[in-house]
Amino acid sequence: MENLISIGVNSIFVGNILLSYFLGMCSFLAVSRNLKTAAGLGVAVIFVMALTTPVNWLIYTFLLAPGALAWAGLPEINLSFLKLILFIAQIAAIVQVLEMVIDRFSPALYTGLGVYLPLITVNCAILGASLFMVERSYNFPETLVYGAGSGIGWCLAILAMAAIQKKLRYADVPTGLQGFGQSMIVTGLIAIGFMLFAGVSV
Amino acid sequence: MNGVVAKSLATVKRTVAYKEIVKAFWKANPISKQILGICSALAVTVQMQTALVMGVALTLVVACSNLIVSLLRASIPRNIRIIVQVAVIATLVIIADELLKAFMYEVSRQLSVFVGLIITNCIVLGRTEAYAMNNPPGRAFLDGLANGLGYASVLVGVAFLRELFGSGRIFGVPVIPEAFYQAGYVNNGLLVLAPGAFIMIGLFVWLEHTLLEKK
Repeated sequence: MENLISIGVNSIFVGNILLSYFLGMCSFLAVSRNLKTAAGLGVAVIFVMALTTPVNWLIYTFLLAPGALAWAGLPEINLSFLKLILFIAQIAAIVQVLEMVIDRFSPALYTGLGVYLPLITVNCAILGASLFMVERSYNFPETLVYGAGSGIGWCLAILAMAAIQKKLRYADVPTGLQGFGQSMIVTGLIAIGFMLFAGVSV
Repeated sequence: MNGVVAKSLATVKRTVAYKEIVKAFWKANPISKQILGICSALAVTVQMQTALVMGVALTLVVACSNLIVSLLRASIPRNIRIIVQVAVIATLVIIADELLKAFMYEVSRQLSVFVGLIITNCIVLGRTEAYAMNNPPGRAFLDGLANGLGYASVLVGVAFLRELFGSGRIFGVPVIPEAFYQAGYVNNGLLVLAPGAFIMIGLFVWLEHTLLEKK
């Protein structure tokens, strides 16, 4: 249990998937201009990440890992090189299904989230979380916590960024630094803030 | 003699290849101008070596995927083109990943998941979608090459600064003389950490934009 809490805290703060592994930067930079849309995308990422990472764990453990096909009588087969292509296909499929399910059962949520869902397929944080899960050989409960935690961490980061951008609207920024350069430096400062949690151990 | 050189230089400058490369390097650099592929740019720039390997890997993947998509462009149905492109890219990335594991195991371990993440690197899909789908194979290949090199140039530039000031080394070789340290010089440890990457790229882009405005 302690292990799970520590993975959760770590994936939200210290090992934040955006601020210390730099994943999901593209949509982070593109969508952080407006607090409301940032919140929408953030929630969608939490949702998708918490769902796809465990599903990818199942795929990896029972189909791809070395010796995973032992249940089918083929213990010597190692398909782990296929993980990239299967993970990305699985993420695209889940996003598609999710979009249809939400549209069918909750039109209100769909109008809120719908626009962001297709964007998520190309969000490298989602694929990155699955790949990290394999690399760190988490077990199933750990994967559940890690997937949700990473999503929450990403959401917190984009919310912080959108809020700061709003305050910076009237700031007098040097011409060359406007736009991309300035967002990078602000993100760097947020990352320093998140690093403060490094001393917290559960 | 000088006249001949100038003349041949002028001919080179008029070719499509030259224009494409200058554009990708300078005027429409994928990282600093189009803001594509930032994720890996930040993650692999702690050392020159990883940055260089990543740049080469990405250049090859973009160039080859542009070539293949361009060859297939007439037979790809419009509706499923994204998934076809992703499949082509993913296959090439798997090849690159396996090659790195086989021949440069140490570097491949340091790059960890970031080679795999070339699949979702927006530069690759962006180029196949925007350029390779509408242009002949030769030009598409060149475009991929130029964009990959433009990406690699920023990567190597940032890695150079981060490794030099962060750990006092270039390609793992210490370059800052011992006397400096004795005189009180200290490596800037922040540059090696994650926030250093953000701030360094920000400053790098600032410099580039300022230089570009003056021209």
